[in-house]
Amino acid sequence: MLAYLIRRLFAAVVMLVVIVMVVFGIFFLVPKWAGVDIAASFVGKQADPASVEAVREKLGLNTPIYSQVWEFFKGIFVGRTYSGGGDVTHCAAPCFGYSFRSEQAVWPVLTDRFPVTLGLALGAAVLWLVFGVAAGVLSALKRGSLWDRGAMVVALAGVSLPIYFTGLLSLAIFAFGLKWIDAQYVPLSQSFGGYLGGMILPWITLAFLYAAMYARITRATMLEILGEDYIRTARAKGLKEQVVIGKHAMRSTMTPILTMLGMDLGALIGGAILTESTFNLPGLGRAVLDAIRNQDLPIILGVTLITSLAVLLANLVVDVLYAVIDPRVRLA
Amino acid sequence: MTELSKTGAAVGEPTSASPAPNSFLEVRDLKVHFPTDDGLVKSVDGLSFKLEKGKTLGIVGESGSGKSVTSLGIMGLHTAGQYGKRKARISGEIWLDGTELLTADPDEVRKLRGRQMAMIFQDPLSALHPYYTIGQQIVEAYRIHHDVDKKTAKRRAVEMLDRVGIPQPDKRVDSYPHEFSGGMRQRAMIAMSLVNNPELLIADEPTTALDVTVQAQILDLIRDLQKEFGSAVIIITHDLGVVAELADDILVMYGGRCVERGPAEKVFYEPRHPYTWGLLGSMPRLDREQQERLIPVKGSPPSLINIPSGCAFNPRCPYADIPKDDVTRTVRPELTEVGGRHWAACHMTQEQRERIWTEEIAPKL
Repeated sequence: MLAYLIRRLFAAVVMLVVIVMVVFGIFFLVPKWAGVDIAASFVGKQADPASVEAVREKLGLNTPIYSQVWEFFKGIFVGRTYSGGGDVTHCAAPCFGYSFRSEQAVWPVLTDRFPVTLGLALGAAVLWLVFGVAAGVLSALKRGSLWDRGAMVVALAGVSLPIYFTGLLSLAIFAFGLKWIDAQYVPLSQSFGGYLGGMILPWITLAFLYAAMYARITRATMLEILGEDYIRTARAKGLKEQVVIGKHAMRSTMTPILTMLGMDLGALIGGAILTESTFNLPGLGRAVLDAIRNQDLPIILGVTLITSLAVLLANLVVDVLYAVIDPRVRLA
Repeated sequence: MTELSKTGAAVGEPTSASPAPNSFLEVRDLKVHFPTDDGLVKSVDGLSFKLEKGKTLGIVGESGSGKSVTSLGIMGLHTAGQYGKRKARISGEIWLDGTELLTADPDEVRKLRGRQMAMIFQDPLSALHPYYTIGQQIVEAYRIHHDVDKKTAKRRAVEMLDRVGIPQPDKRVDSYPHEFSGGMRQRAMIAMSLVNNPELLIADEPTTALDVTVQAQILDLIRDLQKEFGSAVIIITHDLGVVAELADDILVMYGGRCVERGPAEKVFYEPRHPYTWGLLGSMPRLDREQQERLIPVKGSPPSLINIPSGCAFNPRCPYADIPKDDVTRTVRPELTEVGGRHWAACHMTQEQRERIWTEEIAPKL
């Protein structure tokens, strides 16, 4: 088990290094090939050549690409000093550089916005796991019934309807129509009630989409598992049907659900762009959307790295859990 | 139809609807039908037999003859956990030690499962839960029916594993099914079935998924354990060799019905049904002169939706035209006694069958 864990961790670190290099390549090399001058886009459209040159030197854009990657890596772990163009700026570790637009350091932007996205993803995940899995199990046990058909139609709707439709609809009804809640984001540190009020609609909207997918997967998996020989064995032992389903069948059903959860959570933590835009939540998704609009490369780079890290971590956790659930995986 | 199958009882005295059977296990006119889109699948259609404690009954037949469906029916596993619309239709009577299982409260039957009647399945790898250790699964089986703590139950599990011949049982109790070999898994499965000392053990093709060398060990084990516990055993198999080794009585099934039943030596040495002849002819034998080739039973098993009228075996029977007036294709043959406790369902006369067996079939075997 320990060897398995170490192997997985090592693989995750290697993966992260590769991702940094690829992302760096995409964001700093591609503009070069495409003939877009990063330094010029940093300074602005009506910049004089001298200041563009100064920026180029300060950001180290005139050095070879490998030394730029190295500087970037170094910056993350030990900080980085930008000099040139007259002034000297020290960026403490972890340094992800400065936003081209606001000139703020990227790292505080990320740490500011990360909790919002994390809260959104985790809250929604709890909702969709509870309701999606429950609906899926019930549908499987009552296969072909009115409940099953109804639940699967709702699930189909959930999968097909885009977030900006269900999100806006829920906003229109509950926030503006019935005025039940004030759909305004309030940080958790300020007011718990306000936080809940601001997050409840985003949670439900996001969870609706995922609950639909999870219900369908759960139903299909559960139906398959119920046909397994070892379920028949469990009944032959004289186990109560609740235990047969709740213990023996559920444990096997959880495996694919867990795999999906790892990937979905990882991707969502990188920014639920649609949900955050619809509900005006100041999370990573909004940050990256604004950054793309403004060609703010350092922010995009930072968010991408956070996303990759989140996906990797989530998958690592899932892999470990997987090994805990399924003893056969430990040998692999 | 009902009248016909009522009298289609297997052995001994004619059965009636009245209760109070004195046998340990008595199945009367068991029918298990499954509604499907194509029609009603009559997997078991009027089966009756009796079994006493300490005795072994071998149920033999090819795939789809209703052997496994019968065993699951006795265990009540057709009704437990049936989700959705398509439910098995079961009728008849199953008396186990004075309790009629089909009309009993399902929860009462559940409590009998695992304790009074237990089952060994064909493929132990798929029949054991892959995520729980062997020990956990045996402990669970024991604790359903015994109010003991986990430690006591685990001691019992180790004891059982030791009893079925698993080396280092105190270590292997914490192994997962995939860490066992096929034979070991089946031993563990047997340990789990016997952990509550059941009085009825049903083994559904217990050796089919195993190596030939391991098969004999497992059969020996079942026989030894039966002697030790004195339980009644039903062995379900398509392999006549298996029942030859173990069974006191043999019941041959064809198309969901019993075609021949009797003491093992009678069915082996004086079979009185053409299908049994076919089974014997298709069985490889080492104790005979070198044989040119095995003789398969021609044709394929009957459709259980449209069971052939008359004798279900008539389309494959080489002797179907011997009885007069096309009776094999129009009238379902009843089980008739052909010797002491030996019954067969065939339209040919006793003399005709005796002649064919001694003159045509036996010499070729």
